[in-house]
Amino acid sequence: MKYAASFVSGRLTVYLAGELDHHAAGEAIRVIGELIEDNMPRECVLELSGLSFMDSSGIAVIINAVRRMKALGGRLTVEKPAPQPRKVLEASGIERLIAVAAGT
Amino acid sequence: MKESNYIKLEFPSRSSNESFARAAAAAFAAQLDPTLEELGDIRTAVSEAVTNAIVHAYPDTIGRILMRLRILNGNVLEIMVKDFGKGIENVEEARKPLFTTGGSERSGMGFTIMESFMDKLRVRSVPGKGTTVVMQRAIRLRVGKR
Repeated sequence: MKYAASFVSGRLTVYLAGELDHHAAGEAIRVIGELIEDNMPRECVLELSGLSFMDSSGIAVIINAVRRMKALGGRLTVEKPAPQPRKVLEASGIERLIAVAAGT
Repeated sequence: MKESNYIKLEFPSRSSNESFARAAAAAFAAQLDPTLEELGDIRTAVSEAVTNAIVHAYPDTIGRILMRLRILNGNVLEIMVKDFGKGIENVEEARKPLFTTGGSERSGMGFTIMESFMDKLRVRSVPGKGTTVVMQRAIRLRVGKR
């Protein structure tokens, strides 16, 4: 997994690239958690266009980020999932909890 | 009649083998001429089944995982993932969405995703002996290919 981030006027965008599975999930939870703690954003966007694969481990990563953002009184959105990650997001029902913006 | 084909793979329950297992499954499934979406569904279901074995069958140890892929009549791919670990006490409960014993790094959606991405899912488990997950997915025959 590769990570990049930008922070502009209260909005933290975390770019995730690679394959997000159970093997990668622990690190992803830690990296995203630290970025949120360091920047204290009002909004956090997980930008998934570089994610070539995601399974239910990715759902756990997103839920962890949602909890951290809720604790700060902010919100989390997910952007630009490719077709395979999008299908996992849909099957999990997480779209009842967070906004998923299209793209790619 | 088309000759059936199969592979069997055995690997230790290390999380680095999750990506290997789904790549191997996708490579074997390629002979059924799946669409990209079908291939994605297969990779996802294999990843869930293998991860379950790694996380739940062998929580404190490294054990054996056996994966068998078969092609059945009617362009059907069958995926079996078998472990020899601690087993599941209550399979019905484990299959429920959001049920997990895996802590905050797990979502409890593994079986839900296997069910929605595959046509059939069968789970057999004996506490103390291990768990076998068998999934089937028909790959649609496409006109104008091959």
